[in-house]
Amino acid sequence: MKELRLMKGNEALAEAAIRAGADAYFGYPITPQSEVIEYLMAARTEDRTGMIVLQAESEIAAINMVYGAAGCGKRAFTSSSSPGISLKQEGISYIAGAELPCVIVNVVRGGPGLGTIQPSQSDYFQSVKGGGHGDYKLIVLAPATVQESVDYMKLAFELAFKYRNPVMIQSDGIIGQMMEKVELFEQMPRLEPDYEWATTGKKPGKPSTIVTSLQLESEEQEKVNHRLQAKYREVEKNEVRYEQFHCEDAEYLFTAFGSSARITRKAMEMAREKGIKVGLLRPQTLYPFPSKAFYDLADQLKGILCVEMNAGQMIEDVRLSVNGKTRVEHFGRFGGVIPNPDEILKAFEQKIIGG
Amino acid sequence: MAENLIKPENLVYKKSGIMTDRVLHYCPGCGHGTAHRILAEVIEELGIQNETIGVAPVGCSVLAYYYFDVDMQEAAHGRAPAVATGIKRVMPEKYVFTYQGDGDLAAIGTAETIHACNRGENILIVFVNNGIYGMTGGQMAPTTLIGMKSSTSPFGRDIKTMGSPIKMTELVAQLPGTYYVTRQAVHKPANVRKAKKALKKALEYQKLNKGTCFVEIVSNCPSNWKMTPVQSNEWMEENMFPYYPLGDIKLPQDENKK
Amino acid sequence: MAKHGDIVIDIERCKGCEVCLAACPHSVLALSPEVNKKGYHYTVKVNEDCTGCTNCAIVCPDAVITVYREK
Repeated sequence: MKELRLMKGNEALAEAAIRAGADAYFGYPITPQSEVIEYLMAARTEDRTGMIVLQAESEIAAINMVYGAAGCGKRAFTSSSSPGISLKQEGISYIAGAELPCVIVNVVRGGPGLGTIQPSQSDYFQSVKGGGHGDYKLIVLAPATVQESVDYMKLAFELAFKYRNPVMIQSDGIIGQMMEKVELFEQMPRLEPDYEWATTGKKPGKPSTIVTSLQLESEEQEKVNHRLQAKYREVEKNEVRYEQFHCEDAEYLFTAFGSSARITRKAMEMAREKGIKVGLLRPQTLYPFPSKAFYDLADQLKGILCVEMNAGQMIEDVRLSVNGKTRVEHFGRFGGVIPNPDEILKAFEQKIIGG
Repeated sequence: MAENLIKPENLVYKKSGIMTDRVLHYCPGCGHGTAHRILAEVIEELGIQNETIGVAPVGCSVLAYYYFDVDMQEAAHGRAPAVATGIKRVMPEKYVFTYQGDGDLAAIGTAETIHACNRGENILIVFVNNGIYGMTGGQMAPTTLIGMKSSTSPFGRDIKTMGSPIKMTELVAQLPGTYYVTRQAVHKPANVRKAKKALKKALEYQKLNKGTCFVEIVSNCPSNWKMTPVQSNEWMEENMFPYYPLGDIKLPQDENKK
Repeated sequence: MAKHGDIVIDIERCKGCEVCLAACPHSVLALSPEVNKKGYHYTVKVNEDCTGCTNCAIVCPDAVITVYREK
């Protein structure tokens, strides 16, 4: 039975986590994502599903609590916004290194520094290119709607456990704060799995289980890195997700992710009304990036405008993807400013058509 | 005559089966090995090997998980109490301990330590305090004594510029969340016996869900103190114990009433 | 009369720290002039005065001493 509700992005995401059978949430308040922990606390999750919700003393503590719970094979997640995600990077690197599954939600706000509490997409590099130290990758999902915030929460846990890898949901202050109609999936049971990699108490007759990211021998560490890289190639092969609009006959292309893709879609429609054959490609996974989709389209394109609420981050991946086959320009508003379709269209006409 | 005694029925002490056969990487005479050993013995005596999850720190004991034959997680520097919180909250029926040095617990992990204790997490925190950063080569620790030389306080710790050594154990004893707080040592047979009793009590208390048990072990660092092991133990008695006096700091409420 | 005891020392794991020497009430232990494979002078028994009190074993950081005592 369909359950439809009007919900705020952050709250919908929290509800989805409960329904996805999450075992534990550890977080720390920060605008614009505090509704996640507020919703979970108010939901009395311990009574409802047995899910643990704990307000930690810091983002650092929260991500390390996630490490501990994830190391026991549990479905653990945390959420924060940009400055808090910076604090979590140490823990995220350790989680990636120890190959633990978990979900991290970043409701992005403008930076650098304390920045602004307004929406932004300026954490693309941090999410996609690393964030913490060492060669590792997060699987990064970028919802553009409240519905996708719900659906991706379920997907994020699935991918995290499929690959034993941290998954980031990169939302932003728009998606997190706005209300939309959502269809909620039915409550899934909390699992009682017994993973051989999880520390759940030593099994008689078997060696004890160690969760660690430490290798003192360089050759051993290199083996770990090779194993991680092989995993990332699998992720790149299997998990690319994107959405295309009007790309079949497109001579030009817009690309954007998350909330800026919603606004850019309107700009695309306005251009189409003017008779310009332009499409939109929206990456839903920022890592793995839909490089092949861009590459395959590039031959028919006279140019791509990459619209982001930052000073130009995803554009680097778009340029790498098309490998010089077509021109790629950037349009961005940042610092918490949200672009409007008119200025996107104007930038497109100036930079791509007239450029 | 002596040969006759070496028979199973005469056995009175052997290495605990909870200790793996790996040779410990610690320097000769380092108290870490003894602290490991008695914790392993306690886990064995309580019969909780399969119900125990340990958390190793960053520091000299970063490889503690090589030596305990129990499930363990290796935490980031200072974060062991947060990691242990995550474990205990999702596995409340397990025995969870952290094993941390003074740099890990009393400097970089101060917030995690204080707040885990303040929440009264039902975990055991084993705090090995030797007043120095051993693994990185003898730098000043938050617990380095006043006037004590280290590679980053080469003329001795100066209160004016470096502050005073922090008494974490007294500090956490102030928090309502702690149930049993004690300071022990492992350099002499009598101390080892007492410290082992303290660890045993602390793990037994964990079943009561009454709060955090915190066992400090004042220890030595012969290599970085630049002394022989025996000298370092004497120096510890003369210099560390006056500032870090041994004994129970907070006893369980019920036991106080008796 | 004190009971008799005996010890077995895993000399290859011994690091020669001498903490056991200081703990032995009957001066049973000394460092060997020989070294083990790691190059440490290891602990050896030098007389038959052992009572099996276990002091040496329980202060040994490397758990190299096993103790026996007559019943």
